[in-house]
Formats: sequence, C-alpha cells, structure tokens
Amino acid sequence: MKNNQPDIIAFCCHYCAFTAADLAGTMRLQYPANIRIVRLPCTGRVDANMILQAFVEGADGVMVAGCEEGSCHFILGNLRALKRVTYAKKLLTEAGVNSERLEMYHIAASQGPLFAQKSKEFTERIANIMSGSANK
Amino acid sequence: MITAERKPFEAVYEFARRHQKILVLGCGTCVTVCMAGGEKEVDALASQITLAARQKDDNITVEKHTIERQCDQEFFDEQTSRKIKQADAVISLACGVGVQFCIECFTDSIVYPGVDTKFYGANTEQGIWAERCIGCGDCVLEKFGGLCPVARCSKSLLNGPCGGSAEGKCEVDPENIDCVWQLIYDRMEKLGRLDELELNVPANNWTAGRDGGPRKIVREDITL
Repeated sequence: MKNNQPDIIAFCCHYCAFTAADLAGTMRLQYPANIRIVRLPCTGRVDANMILQAFVEGADGVMVAGCEEGSCHFILGNLRALKRVTYAKKLLTEAGVNSERLEMYHIAASQGPLFAQKSKEFTERIANIMSGSANK
Repeated sequence: MITAERKPFEAVYEFARRHQKILVLGCGTCVTVCMAGGEKEVDALASQITLAARQKDDNITVEKHTIERQCDQEFFDEQTSRKIKQADAVISLACGVGVQFCIECFTDSIVYPGVDTKFYGANTEQGIWAERCIGCGDCVLEKFGGLCPVARCSKSLLNGPCGGSAEGKCEVDPENIDCVWQLIYDRMEKLGRLDELELNVPANNWTAGRDGGPRKIVREDITL
C-alpha cells in the first residue's frame, strides 16, 4: 500500500471476467488503477498457493473473478475456484490476515459495468481495511 | 500409503516463532499423495508463516524445500543437508517416520513435526482417504475375501459381526462407518465362500504387531 492506494491482484478468467474488464475499457468505464489483472485460462487454475503468494509478495487484496455459476467454459472451473478461495480464506485467517482481503466474484463477459463496479467496491473495501488500525 | 493431516497452524507457528530461520521440509511420497506435506503444502505453510510473522512483527525467515522421501537416507542429498544445517530449525511435513529419520540423519538439528500422521489408507474418492490397514504384522486378508476386520472393524473382531451392526453400518458412527463384517459377508456370498465364515478364526498373533515392541525387518540378502 503506497500513498493510501492499495495494491490489488485480480485473477481473471479469460472467457468471462477478463473479457468483462476489456469491455469496461471499451465502454470507457472508469475503474481503479490499483488493480493488476492476471489473466488465466479459467479460474479453476487458481489454487490457494497462488493467492497466498500474492499476499506474501505484497498485495493488499486479491480478487478472483470467474464466470457466472453454470456458465464456465470448462464446466466447473469457477465452482472449484470458489472452493479454493474459501479454503484460502481459512488459511489467511489462521495466519492472522483479514480474510475480507480476498474475494471471489462471478462476472459474465457482457458485464463490463459490473466488473467496474465490483473493482471499485473491492478497492474501497481494501483501502478501508488497510487504513484501519486493527484486523488487517 | 501413510496418511497425514497438517497440524493446526497455531501449533506449527508456535514451533516457528522460537527460531529466526526456519526450513519447511516437504516429503514427495505418501504425504504428497494425501496432500498433507508435499511441495504444494510446503508452499502454503511457508506463505502462512511469512504472513503471520509479518502480522505479528516476528522476525522469522522461511526457506522451503521438498525431497523425494524423508524415510530414506539417499534422498538427503548435499543441497538438502546444507539447507537443514543453515536453518535454526526444520518443520518437517513428512509422516512420523520421516520426521524421526530426519532427526537421525541430522542429530544436531531441531526438527518439528508439521503434520499429524494418521493411518495406512486408500484414496477412496478425490479428497477422501480411508483406513485399510494397521500394519498388524499377521495378514489375514485371505480369510475374509480381501477385507480386513483388524483395521476396518471398530473392535477388530475376527469372528464378527457384533451386535452393533445394523443395516450394514457400525454403531460407532452409523453415518460414516460401514460394518466391515457386512461387507465381508456380502463379498464371501458373492464368491460362494460363505461356508468359510463358519470356521472360528483364532486370535490374531499380536506378537507380530505392536505387542512385540518396535519392529524391524532384516533382509540378510540385501544388507551390506
């Protein structure tokens, strides 16, 4: 976190959330520049270690954004990611890290505005957590 | 395989915070397969310790390394040896055998167990491991159609079932434990060997098990 601006890593699925982020750009929608997108073939590629590693490397927040339930290009990848995010939240809590710093979103390729909105909300959430005095 | 589960993080962190430089040492065999102490779990634990130390302002540096087996001397190679000696302490994610053998190989090092070793089990479904053998040293599988009552009957009965068997389930935990004697009966019926269950099976030879003290296998033909 530099100058009160949180560093956020977003693991985005190529088929949905990444396309939504692209669409948000095409639509000239503003979303926070704090977010660094890592494009994945599917959020099913995400495992707890990738998330933990992001925090170890200095990320203030991590968002995982995949397809809506039932519309994963690889059928179940987004649901598997959700289970892994839940597990990673447990590992973070054990390590004394506020698990609210990690979140999973389901965003379809057509939902550019939703991507921008969730990005803003998550950035605000992380900024609040990181500027607070307790439970980071 | 030998199965294990990771110890609660608080317990592992208590080991770690006694030292400044920790090596998390994984094992590439059984505990990798049961996803308790392989390379991935080493990564996760190392990250957790790093994050927890940062949160608590503890000065802990974490190294990580995984070898093929911690119960075999040949896998403690030069690189591993150097890493162990450079660390103030090792948190080993191997089973109890691996932890002890690591200590035997590096008598000056402090080695903590990072997992709780459970049982000899099979991977029955993805993410589920179930006990199949207790290593009693006197295998009786041939008498019971290949199903072990010593390991899988809650009372280790060799002449079962007991009165706690109902609808194929064990009274100890009817939701999760099958009565192995029901399974044995069904299996022997299928094999046309039900008559063999009429025979009384003598008590297990526990002198080959834990009652004989710590066990050892010596193969004169391959010792040097």
